[in-house]
Amino acid sequence: MNSEKHDNLISVHIDGEEVRVPPGTNMIEAARSIGTEIPHYCYHPKLSVVGNCRMCLVEMGMPGRDRETGEPMLDEKGQPKILWMPKPAVACATGAAPGMHIRTDSALVRSCREGVMEFLLVNHPLDCPICDQAGECHLQEFATDYGRGYSRFVEEKNVKPKRTRLGPRVMLDDERCILCSRCIRFCKEIADDDVLGFIDRGSYSTLTCFPGKELANNYSLNTVDICPVGALTSTDFRFRMRPWFLKQSPSICIESSVGVNTVVWSREGTIYRITPRRNDAVNDTWMSDSGRTLYKGVDSGDRMNVYTLEGRPADAGAVLEECVALLRGGSVAVVGSGRSSVEEQWMLKRTVEALGDEIPVYLVGRTEPGDGLLISNDRNPNVRGALLTGLMDTLPAATLDDLGARIEAGEIDTILSFGEDLCAAGLARGQLKKVRVIYAGTHHNDCSQRSRVEIPLLTVFERSGSFVNQQFRLQRFSRAIPGPEGVYSDLAFLALLHARLTGLRPMRPEPAEIWKHLSREIAALRGIEYDRISDTGVVIDGSKFAHLPFCEGKSLHYEPTAATAVS
Amino acid sequence: MAISEQRVILKHVDEPGYDPGIECYVRHGGYETLRKAVGMQPEEICRGVEVSEVRGRGGAGFPAGMKWKFLDRKSGKPIYLICNADESEPGTFKDRQIMHKDPHQLIEGMMVSAFAIQAALAFIYIREEMPQAARILEAAIDEARARGFVGEDILGSGYSCEIVVHRGAAAYICGEETGLIESLEGKRAYPRIKPPYFPAALGLYQCPTIVNNVETLCHVKHVVAIGGEAFARTGSPGNTGTRIWCVSGHVQRPGYYEFECGALTLGEMIHDVCGGVHPGRSLKAVIPGGSSAKILRADERFTGKLKDGTEFDWGLNDIPLDFDSLMACGSMSGSGGIIVMDDRVDMVEALANINAFYSHESCGQCTPCREGSLWMKKITKRMAEGGARTEDTDLLLSIGDQIAGRTICAFGEACAWPTQSFVSKFRDEFLAKASEDSGKRKGLRLV
Repeated sequence: MNSEKHDNLISVHIDGEEVRVPPGTNMIEAARSIGTEIPHYCYHPKLSVVGNCRMCLVEMGMPGRDRETGEPMLDEKGQPKILWMPKPAVACATGAAPGMHIRTDSALVRSCREGVMEFLLVNHPLDCPICDQAGECHLQEFATDYGRGYSRFVEEKNVKPKRTRLGPRVMLDDERCILCSRCIRFCKEIADDDVLGFIDRGSYSTLTCFPGKELANNYSLNTVDICPVGALTSTDFRFRMRPWFLKQSPSICIESSVGVNTVVWSREGTIYRITPRRNDAVNDTWMSDSGRTLYKGVDSGDRMNVYTLEGRPADAGAVLEECVALLRGGSVAVVGSGRSSVEEQWMLKRTVEALGDEIPVYLVGRTEPGDGLLISNDRNPNVRGALLTGLMDTLPAATLDDLGARIEAGEIDTILSFGEDLCAAGLARGQLKKVRVIYAGTHHNDCSQRSRVEIPLLTVFERSGSFVNQQFRLQRFSRAIPGPEGVYSDLAFLALLHARLTGLRPMRPEPAEIWKHLSREIAALRGIEYDRISDTGVVIDGSKFAHLPFCEGKSLHYEPTAATAVS
Repeated sequence: MAISEQRVILKHVDEPGYDPGIECYVRHGGYETLRKAVGMQPEEICRGVEVSEVRGRGGAGFPAGMKWKFLDRKSGKPIYLICNADESEPGTFKDRQIMHKDPHQLIEGMMVSAFAIQAALAFIYIREEMPQAARILEAAIDEARARGFVGEDILGSGYSCEIVVHRGAAAYICGEETGLIESLEGKRAYPRIKPPYFPAALGLYQCPTIVNNVETLCHVKHVVAIGGEAFARTGSPGNTGTRIWCVSGHVQRPGYYEFECGALTLGEMIHDVCGGVHPGRSLKAVIPGGSSAKILRADERFTGKLKDGTEFDWGLNDIPLDFDSLMACGSMSGSGGIIVMDDRVDMVEALANINAFYSHESCGQCTPCREGSLWMKKITKRMAEGGARTEDTDLLLSIGDQIAGRTICAFGEACAWPTQSFVSKFRDEFLAKASEDSGKRKGLRLV
């Protein structure tokens, strides 16, 4: 109890067990902290509290005090006497107060849950066999855990609209809706696009879009994620796969330098959907709709999946030899990518070092206006990784004008582009004709057309590694699906190239292996073990780069510092 | 035995020649109390209201003085006064009389109250179904403003307060004070969760707000007129002042009657004041406080202890008409709507009617009331139409039990109490439906 003063925590009792939480913590979270589940539908940790589902009803009591003297009341055993409230209280709207007691498993609480579950199901269509939410449905889960287990309902169920298109990506089945209002609150409070509401009254209340509006904002699919039932479904995912068949791989969205934490859901090498993964320091529980579609590039028709020499398919070994010959046979420039992982950038830097001292190295900047929420102005996920690994010491320009000038000046014979489309980055076709291009990338484009050597790379979903986001937060992503047959990972190809250039044994192309070097060589990364990086990332000291004019503006959980903000 | 009314609020109402204009009101001594009030200290008025022990006439019977005491005066935010004129409880028609026939009494009561709590602005939230009353009130406010009773610098006191009449959009839930506040803010009338949204601290626009019923605000005028102590001596201890009772149903003289609290019994009200049930009929049951109050059987015995410890053993006719006695009998005086039923009434049909009302009026915000009220309606409707099952009786009780005490606002109780009381007190009738209708049941299956 002595620590009470120091850590500013207060004691509450949940089913008799003492828990110490910050004052005001709601009782759902307080119970969660000791592993006690208080079932709930409408409560969401990142939205306002409305207390409408009534699933989280618990018994609540406070230590009694004598009205006359103000002295604590004691029971026969000399313990503080708890005065239990006659009515149950909603845990979601009950903030922890010193000495508060709650019961989460009493007869009254169990009867409340049975009642609410029954009420939620009487007008629910019970169409689980054809419902996309089956398997990840809180109605199913709580009905099993807390429901009565049998029906007492013989009346006709309410009829409501089915298959309402709320927007381009979200479908609504009003009969399944339990009116928790999470989606309404999300649109209002997070997406700042207040387009959803209820019409009609009582049990006939119906979720709908305001007349003339649609749910089309770039965060609309979060409503599908937070819908506790199958009312809101994604037009992209619905009817395609049962969630229990899907493997979940933690990943990082490469849409921008925010570094949104995600889960990639896949089965047998095919990705079916991407959903946000909670990280209270980065993206809370949200992600953009645009970030969710990035997996579609994996199987797109323009995917590069074979090694080529002069446009003809070639053996990876022969391609490697040709690369060595090209890189050794003249003056070289290297273009790296802000979409490569920390490990790949470091390996590329080692490769550059093996080529000589004066090799010009570039990165391609991607600056586009962000949305102030989860898409930043910097559309590269890992520019800071290139800074930390020493691949770059300045921020990248949007176009490779300097490289273009060098080509015009006849200073460059060979360009190794590892992951960037040189044409898109501003080099003219004429300029590319003057040099030999080694192009490594995931997709065919103008640049691959004009390259001597094509090296297929893997998408972020097919490799593992780490990115450093705008907060200098180092975050891991892991491989969700295998890459195309016969294609080395980005890291493996670089390791082989580096070994071939230096004559050393190739490094094992695993992030954990690379980090043994990284954490030794780079002061800011000292002591970090790849396998021990927390699921929510680790913040690195980026003060060394504070003078650089980073382009990010304000976004969720990120304020640009005065030194880095660019007006 | 003839019992004469003790009219205070309705003193002049229905007098020949009495009209709702300001001339008539002033001629009858109107606005003198406001003149007295603005010469007093606001705290003095609040204290007077507190010692008068006047209780809210809207339904819950909460002491008005205590409600005012909860006002958060330290926040620095403006304080609002709202008159709850959303009189929608079935069986209740008292506020309507005041607004139609003596609107200035309400305005005076409101201005006295507004001055007492130092309100920045006052509202009358009136239900949509009373368009005429809204027009009367607006005209009356204009008249009062022209004479300096409302608006800028009231009676030269330096205190200013406007009254805004706001019409609802036909929803019973707007009578719930936080639902009313949401509606007044332009939102769906979803009642707020309490805690933390007690209006006295976080009310209209998150500012401290007092919501009082029409009749309550009128009583404030009389409290100030005669003084809190004198008011406290009227009625019975803890049940001070007069009440307007609205008697409807199977009596010979239905209507509104004003008496001091506890001055007569339910039996005297029904049999003497209202002339009893129609000839050849017998009293079957009474709902004493608006349709949400628990029903009382004519042949019931009520025993127990009152707050002050005195034991009682009453038949229906013996129950004194006040707040505490009806509560002691397991029901409530509620909004004062006494609904009398004679032996013609089919209890299942009566309940089906009440359930239809509450399922229609449930706002739909929280689960138990939203789903439970409609389910109870579906069951009672089916039972009344000849599809009763034996198990429906206990099922109804169980549904009621799953609602009451588990909702955001008191609507949960309002919709559950009729079912709980009808079914438990007339259990045989509900079961009999099942046996006589068992042959007509068809096609019912669990879903």
